[in-house]
Amino acid sequence: MQTTKTVDWKTLRADFPILDQKVHGQPLLYLDNAATSQKPRAVIDALSRYYERDNANVHRGIHELSNRATAAFEAARVRAAKFLNARSADEIIFTRGTTEGINLVAAAWGTKFIKRGDKILLTEMEHHSNIVPWQLLAERTGAQLAFLPIDGDRGLLDPGRLDEFLTSDVKVLAMTHISNSLGTINPIAEYCERARRRGIVTLIDAAQSAGHRPIDVQQIGCDFLALSAHKMCGPTGFGVLYGRGERLEETPPYQGGGDMILTVDFHQSTWKHAPHRFEAGTPDISGAIALHAAMDYLDRIGRDRIAQHDLELGAYAFEKLAALQRIRLFGPTVGRAGLVSFLLDGVHAHDVVTVADQRGVALRGGHHCNQPLMKKLGVESTARASFYFYNTTEEIDRFVEVVREIQKFFDK
Amino acid sequence: MFDDLADLYQQLILDHNKRPRNFRVLPDANCTAQGANPICGDNYTIYAKMDGDVVKEISFQGSGCAISKASASILTESLKGKTRAEVKNLFDKVHAMVTTGNLDGDVGKLAALAGVHKFPVRMKCAILPWNAAMAALDGKGETVSTETEKE
Ligand SMILES: Cc1ncc(COP(=O)(O)O)c(C=O)c1O
Repeated sequence: MQTTKTVDWKTLRADFPILDQKVHGQPLLYLDNAATSQKPRAVIDALSRYYERDNANVHRGIHELSNRATAAFEAARVRAAKFLNARSADEIIFTRGTTEGINLVAAAWGTKFIKRGDKILLTEMEHHSNIVPWQLLAERTGAQLAFLPIDGDRGLLDPGRLDEFLTSDVKVLAMTHISNSLGTINPIAEYCERARRRGIVTLIDAAQSAGHRPIDVQQIGCDFLALSAHKMCGPTGFGVLYGRGERLEETPPYQGGGDMILTVDFHQSTWKHAPHRFEAGTPDISGAIALHAAMDYLDRIGRDRIAQHDLELGAYAFEKLAALQRIRLFGPTVGRAGLVSFLLDGVHAHDVVTVADQRGVALRGGHHCNQPLMKKLGVESTARASFYFYNTTEEIDRFVEVVREIQKFFDK
Repeated sequence: MFDDLADLYQQLILDHNKRPRNFRVLPDANCTAQGANPICGDNYTIYAKMDGDVVKEISFQGSGCAISKASASILTESLKGKTRAEVKNLFDKVHAMVTTGNLDGDVGKLAALAGVHKFPVRMKCAILPWNAAMAALDGKGETVSTETEKE
């Protein structure tokens, strides 16, 4: 596939066994990819192959299976480093997902370096997982939170106002690459560069972007970057935290236990270097192996092509929905990621989702773990359709037809 | 194929959603309580004016999905003139109907909510205004949340 110029997106659907089914008597139309993506056969097979042939604990045994499991686990780390263009596999920490990655940074790095009176700068479009860990840190340390504002329904930050917020008390800038509610794609490299010039440590929430476009941590210039495997064809409950080498070296352990220590005495211990210092206890070995398969799968298609297709689906859906009457659309009009949040006049998001579900269309309705953003937009919830590369414009046509039907239904 | 949907969104429900009855604040209410579902943002206030043990007037305000709004609207129509004991009795019937689909006796217009039992995630929507009304009549005057209620 790497050698061909174009990808036949429809044939890729056959790689995803789950897509071939009916829901409420209709062919499944899965448009909840921002919540979690589906898994290709290659990932499912990697998981079962591991449990059928290689399962053992890692870094502990000297027997053959343990060697195999350890080699596969560490190979996944090397693969993840390459996937993100990290300088070294030592910059790759395996986590339970984006949420744990951010909590690790806030709890371990933050507790050591954030002091009373310091400021933690976030944006108004952050997911709860990039707000609450910082609130907990602020509560413990007496630091303050500040938020880069969005411009309303279009959901754009104003880079022109960044300097105003980068005051000398700001110690961390933590922001999302792609908004899970708005579809905004933030110019993170520019933000990181400008923050870094002032000695501000940066963290990027790549939950929505890692499976949708190429990610190069050196080009972005961030100190930390967190992602979730399950949104990029991988397993649930697994993820990666990238940490710049010098940041990880200065960061104390997150959790204590087996695997992260060098020596343990009754009253004190010494610990390993990064990344092992941050991985206490038996890790999710199968998760790492399945993520490895997912990264291989995505790169066989080509992440630049996936990104292009994503933009096309986002633009197509936005245009089709914008042609409807009595609809409010959220997020940028151009250059949006492959998801669209909307509200129909007089119809609650949960009613939209319930009716769509009966038509075989899986949407999400609610606050999308963005309660502060919803408050800013003056809404309680939105309905959201989010796409992945296996979705097609024909499917979007069907989805828009269902939206039209819903409008009629509640007009009765 | 869409029978379940027609059961859930009966014409009466759609009508009460579009034109909720008793949708106002009662300035001389002596019992009020709020019902909120923090997960979906549904939020209603029930206002009741009790004359001794009897519901003299009842109204509601707030926002949420079609099911919760219609449930609140029909509730206000159904509870007017009832004693606390009669309200409790009706609530038990509605609760059983919404959660199991079985209707024991006559609940009038509230029977339109029977289709909800096929949609487990929507049961909370139908019950939310009832929990608020029960709290109001009990004189609790507090916010009842779907997330602290045991189902
Ligand atoms: C932007 C964003 N950040 C963080 C998360 C949290 O990811 P997880 O629940 O996998 O930790 C999500 C997904 O729910 C998200 O969309």
